[in-house]
Order: sequence, then structure tokens, then C-alpha cells
Amino acid sequence: MNPIYARRRRWDIVIRGLCIAAAAFGVTWLALILVTLLYNGISGLNLELFTADTPPPGSTDGGLRNAIVGSIIMTVIGVGIGAPLGLFAGTYLAEYGRNDKLTSVIRFINDILLSAPSIIIGLFIYGAVVVPMRGFSALAGALALAVIVIPVVVRTTEDMLLLVPNPLREAASALGLPRSLVIKRIAYRAARSGLITGVLLATARVAGETAPLLFTALSNQFFSLGLDKTMANLPVTINNFVQSPYAYWKQLAWSGALLITLTVLALNIGARILGAERTAK
Amino acid sequence: MSEMSVSVSAPSVHPGSQPLPEAPAKVTARNLNFYYGEHHALKNINLALGTNRVTAFIGPSGCGKSTLLRIFNRMYDLYPGQRATGQLLLDHTNILDPKLDLNLLRARVGMVFQKPTPFPMTIYENIAFGIRLYEKISKSEMDGRVEKALRGGALWNEVKDKLNASGLSLSGGQQQRLCIARTVAVRPEVILFDEPCSALDPISTAKVEELIQELSENYTIAIVTHNMQQAARVSDKTAFMYLGELIEFDDTSKIFTSPTDRRTQDYITGRFG
Repeated sequence: MNPIYARRRRWDIVIRGLCIAAAAFGVTWLALILVTLLYNGISGLNLELFTADTPPPGSTDGGLRNAIVGSIIMTVIGVGIGAPLGLFAGTYLAEYGRNDKLTSVIRFINDILLSAPSIIIGLFIYGAVVVPMRGFSALAGALALAVIVIPVVVRTTEDMLLLVPNPLREAASALGLPRSLVIKRIAYRAARSGLITGVLLATARVAGETAPLLFTALSNQFFSLGLDKTMANLPVTINNFVQSPYAYWKQLAWSGALLITLTVLALNIGARILGAERTAK
Repeated sequence: MSEMSVSVSAPSVHPGSQPLPEAPAKVTARNLNFYYGEHHALKNINLALGTNRVTAFIGPSGCGKSTLLRIFNRMYDLYPGQRATGQLLLDHTNILDPKLDLNLLRARVGMVFQKPTPFPMTIYENIAFGIRLYEKISKSEMDGRVEKALRGGALWNEVKDKLNASGLSLSGGQQQRLCIARTVAVRPEVILFDEPCSALDPISTAKVEELIQELSENYTIAIVTHNMQQAARVSDKTAFMYLGELIEFDDTSKIFTSPTDRRTQDYITGRFG
């Protein structure tokens, strides 16, 4: 065999082996986490988990109803505020402001916000909302989540709209459509599944956020729907329970963690399916 | 361009294409200049598109023929740094007027692009969409208009049983005819074709060319093409452009049989391009 070729073959085997090893290393930990989570969490998955509120110390019954409802409320409000803002801002970047100097500045700042540690966002809302309002509140929690949602949605919206081929916009303009309708009826429609995917991924991202809620919504041992009061939520509850000495609380923490993981998994799978639909067309 | 793909003799003009009598001008350009930023892309263009005639624009890549076409419906307005000077009239309307309502202009001057650009919606909606921009009509009236437009685009027989299928599910040639039907549906006066067949197979090309000829009974047509045979087949008048200038503009039969300018002759006989 040609020596150069033989050398190349040997290197190929070595590099391929290293790649497989690295991938296996990463996946192994992920699998371990999931298996542990499933093993410890699944025994606590029962009806009581969804119907009973978090128990007082020492009690051996109770569930996570207040935390589940609180998480849903704050996530929905957070995404409800953050997603439209992100969609509009992303639309500006990709459509109206495409040639503006301001656009690259906004994009840069958005990228910083995207990678900002979420605890900093929690502290920001603490200073901006919790202190002036003189108390922790579900509203502050939702706002903190919204601040996390915004940059994610801005990014995906801009990326998805930039994927819409320009000739499609030209064709719509050539038919006499004003800019606003070109965006609304053509660009949004062409990018629809991508835009929804972005919002789903942002939802998945905030569903498990703990740090920003620790400084804003805090937690609540009881069931509460008041936005001006502290509200229970899964991540902070898990955080509290896992550090407790009570076996039953620890069990609830495992089940809560499993619940969040399954939710995030479902959101990601949903996003994947929508993404696949897009490429299929 | 390789020698293989270039015919040495000028393409033959199809029989029966005797020059039609001069038609009144629909679009008139006087001393039209165009700039991409600092780059002077079109230089002193003077020509007129005859009403209900087909005018072809030929010339090597980068000669400015597509640029010229995109001035007719102010497409260049979508991009910053592009500007036109001089005079360009659609009947008596000044196309270059900065205060002109571009959407109304584009309703009068339709455009078909190089690549088929069906909208991401059903075949029916692709047509109805444009009509709804300008008219409020009943469902039954709309059905009629959609059928008429699809017949106008020579597509009706192929799609009448699947009007609710996605426009993207059609073949490339069908998509392009859908785009033509969509353009016709809003009843423009002028239709601009920017290399409409360059992404199509020969059979689809023949269908689109036939369609262009039929459309010229009712519409003023401008077509940019890289294919000289196509210009010879479909057009009444041909404009040869080179390096941003209009070199020669005459009856198609004359351009392809006895061009006056040496450069036109060199181009149509394939000496460069």
C-alpha cells in the first residue's frame, strides 16, 4: 500500500476512535443522570403528587400541586411577556433594520444577554421589582423569566427569518404588498415552524430555571394564585427539599426534578418535530 | 463560455414574426441612469416598451438588463444605496417620483422572477392572496377569478383537482406558471419577466414561452433572457445591452438578421458573452 495512504488510514482510525470516545464520555454522564433521576423519581410519581400541596416538615404525605401550578403560571406569564417582545425585536433585526448600523449593536447586546448567568437576571429583577414593591412576588418571578426568554426568542426569530429566501420577499413586494404584509403574511408563514420552535425552546429553557426565581418569587409552602405574593414553583421547591433532612421531601424533590425533565424533553421533542416539518417542505 | 455551447450562426427568428406595426409606448425611459452606491450601472438609457408588445433584453452577464427591469417596478427601492435618475414614464405616471405609491405601481407592473417563488400556502391561496389585496369579492367570484388566472397561466388542467395542495408541491415549471398566474390575477398592465426560464427544463420552457406570447395580446411584456433563441422566439423588439449601455434596440427580426452595431453582431453570433 502507498505509504502516504497507509499513514492517512492509521490517522483516520486514531481520530475516529478519539471522537467516539469523547462522544461516549459525554453521553455516559447524561445517561447516568437520566437513569438516576428516573430510578429515584419514578416511585414518587402518583396522583397525590398532582393533587396535594407541599407538606409541612416531618409530614409523610403531600405532593407538589402548588409548585406545579406556580411553575406553570410563572412560565406562561414569562413566555407570554417575553415571546412577543422577542418576536418583535427579532423581526426588526431581520426585516426592517437589516441594513441599519443599530442592528449589529442590538444583536451584540442580545448575544451578551443570551449568555448572561441567570442569577444575574434574578438579581436585576430583585433590584428593579422586588425592592421597590417591598416584597417577593410571582410577578417578579415571571418578569425574571421573561427577561431570560427575550434574548432566546430574538435570536431564533432573527435566524429563522433570515432563512426565508429574499426572492420570496421580492415576489411578494412585486405583487404590491406593503412591507408589513410581506412580513406578516409571507415571511412569518414561511418561517412559522421555526418561530414556534424558538418559543418552545425558550419555554423549555425557563421551565427549569432556579436562580432567577430564588430572588424574585421565592417560594411558598401553600397554594397561592396571587401574583403579588410569593409563589411556589418546582425548581426552588426542589432546591429546598433536596437540602432538607426529611426523606419524604427528598423523594418529592426527585419526583419534581423528573417532572421538569420530562416537560423539557417533551418541549424539545415538540420543537424537533416542528423543525423536521420545516425541512421536509 | 465554451465554444461547444455557442451556436456560431445567429438564431433564426421564427416564421411569421414579421415586425408588427409600431405600438404606442407604454413605458418610456429617457436618459435613465442607475447607481449601486458609487457604481454607475446604467448609462443614459432611452427606449420605449410598446403597448401589448414583447420586448426582450439581451446581453452578457452584468450588462445591466436585470437592473433595468427592476427599475420598472422600483424593486430597487427595497435596498438602500440604489438610485435612479432621469425620466421613466408608465403612460403619464412618473415611475421615479419619490412620492409615488409603490404598491399601486407594483399592482400595475407585475414581475416574474428567475426562480419560481410560490408563497408558502395552497395553490388556490397563492392566487387569491394577490386579488384580495386590491378587491373585496365573494367566494364564488373568487373561485372564478382563481380559475381564470390559472387558465391564464396554462396551469388549470394540471391543478384543478388539487387546489388545496401546497404551492410548493408543484414541479419547478408548474411553480413558475403558478407565479405567472398569480401575477396575471391582479390584472397588471405590464409584466416583467426576469429570466423566467433559466431554472426550467426545456418542456417547461416551451410552455412558458408559449404563455408569454399569449399574454402579449393583453399585456405589455418585458423579458430579460440569457437565451438568444428565446429572445428571437418570443419578442417583437429586442434591446441589446452591454456594460450598462443600450447598444441597439430594434425589431427582433432586424437585431437577429442585420444588426447595425458590431458588438450586437458579435454577441448574437456567439463571439463573446
